[in-house]
Amino acid sequence: MTIDANGMHYTPLNKMIRQAVASGVREIVINNVLGQRFIANGLRSNVRITINGVPGGDLGMFMSGPECIVRGDSEHAPGNTMDNGTIVIHGSAGDAVAHSMRGGRVFVRGDIGYRGGIHMKEYDQKRPVLAVGGTTHAFLGEYMAGGIIIVLGMGHEVAVKDRGIGSGIHGGEIILRGDIQDRLLGVGARKVTFTDGDLKRLSPLITEFCERIEVDPAPFLDTNYTRIIPASSRPFAGKYTWE
Amino acid sequence: MCGIIGVIDRTRARMDGSSIKKALSLMNERGSGEGAGYVAYGIYPDYPDCYAIHVFFDNLVEPKSKVDEVLQKWGRIVHQEEIPTYEQPCLKREHIPWRYFYKPYTEFIVGSNNPAEDIIKHLVMTVNSTIPGSLIFSSGINLGVFKASGWPEDVANFYRIEDYKGYIWLAHNRYPTNTSGWWGGAHPFNLLDWAVVHNGEITSYGTNRSYVESNGYKCTMSTDTEVVAYLFDLLGRRHGLPSEMIVEALAPSFWDEIDILPEKEQKLKRTLRLTYGPALMNGPFAIVVATSNGIVGFTDRIKLRPLVVGENDSRLYISSEEAAIRVMDPDVKTIYMPRAGEPVVGRFSQ
Repeated sequence: MTIDANGMHYTPLNKMIRQAVASGVREIVINNVLGQRFIANGLRSNVRITINGVPGGDLGMFMSGPECIVRGDSEHAPGNTMDNGTIVIHGSAGDAVAHSMRGGRVFVRGDIGYRGGIHMKEYDQKRPVLAVGGTTHAFLGEYMAGGIIIVLGMGHEVAVKDRGIGSGIHGGEIILRGDIQDRLLGVGARKVTFTDGDLKRLSPLITEFCERIEVDPAPFLDTNYTRIIPASSRPFAGKYTWE
Repeated sequence: MCGIIGVIDRTRARMDGSSIKKALSLMNERGSGEGAGYVAYGIYPDYPDCYAIHVFFDNLVEPKSKVDEVLQKWGRIVHQEEIPTYEQPCLKREHIPWRYFYKPYTEFIVGSNNPAEDIIKHLVMTVNSTIPGSLIFSSGINLGVFKASGWPEDVANFYRIEDYKGYIWLAHNRYPTNTSGWWGGAHPFNLLDWAVVHNGEITSYGTNRSYVESNGYKCTMSTDTEVVAYLFDLLGRRHGLPSEMIVEALAPSFWDEIDILPEKEQKLKRTLRLTYGPALMNGPFAIVVATSNGIVGFTDRIKLRPLVVGENDSRLYISSEEAAIRVMDPDVKTIYMPRAGEPVVGRFSQ
């Protein structure tokens, strides 16, 4: 099914998507997307949605299952509180990508803005992934409670050069290509060596990410990464209360 | 949450208001229908040496006669007329927008480096704080603000902004949070050559307001953005700082970032922070400021509001959303996100 979203408001667009999915459609192509928000919000299905253009904020919010492929950039917070499924963005994305994400995958080929992966979380088998091919701005993984963030830094000297990486992190891990200056670590974040065991564990994920963003994975399958984890499970335990 | 967008054509090619109307309307979600506005530079070429004074009158009797009186005391009204407006079904006419093209008598004051501008600033402050039922909301040369309470499209159609042609446009879609929506509270805010659109809030408003008021400004519009226009006027016009320095004073680097800079830069940034401590703005904000020389966009230092930049040859766009830029200019060549606190400056090439 193909939809021409030229000049369309997001409400009728999302209604069309829902109706199509309800009637059994499993492949949707939306052309001329420009700023329409909330695409595929709360959608529970295994539908594949190809978005040609620049979708508006909160793409795939609360989504559980679908695959959204964006041939273009994305605005803020794609994958907001997403539960399951995959979002692949072939361009760049705005602030708060994968905000509060609880499951599934968000793959961005280009750069992302500030606060990528803010408050991602995990539970039991649900372990969300945010992977970025380019670089990110400050406060990556802020208040992160679970899941994995990977940044490859393609086209940049260092993977991340902005401050506050893992500020307030108390669960999950942040994997950055190359070394990272200590002064860029946020409060509660700790830098550890990326081991052969980590590589073995994460190789399938790095390979899958590279294949999805149409990049050769081979140059990225080594241990030249920095791993950032929580210094403690309660980084702000003494901040507002005294025990 | 608010939506902002600005554009400059660096060759001074003039654009009509139709495309920025479309761009702002695309961000309707960022507003609540309680305020929208536009400012354009280069729209009054027939009055190249007159201050274009736009006023909201509650009626054309007492408020207007008092404004006429104070303007005539201080200068010459070259031309005046009601700003053409067109009824819109979803926009309630709360005020009568009026404009004067005005030349102040510069020999009336002493001790000023720029008597004309100081007289206009004095008139704006006097009218807005002492004449009930009147509000000067635009006071620069060859520029004009058009704003009201309503949705972006309705406000644009009310003023028919496609009838105006400018080489700089700023636009704003308001979602009032801390103060109520009214015509004077809509953006852009303007004083003399400075116009400001702002998404966010200035939580340091109290400190900043005391600082500008101690320098002769009066805050009368019940909203924080007003103080940004006065800070730019004070630092830019009266103290003569370039845009980059003003942004460094208002959204300075963190001390730990200053500590690792080369000594000369450290000294400059420390001096700016110490001199302009009360001008430092805290809180979440993305701001675009225009003057007749260009535009500058910047965010707060930890980037709590969005800002995207687009370029296409002579055109520079600064916006809350990328899609708004693309709707204005489908052929835009580069899109990028500036770093927090870093000024994005667009100046004319000639």
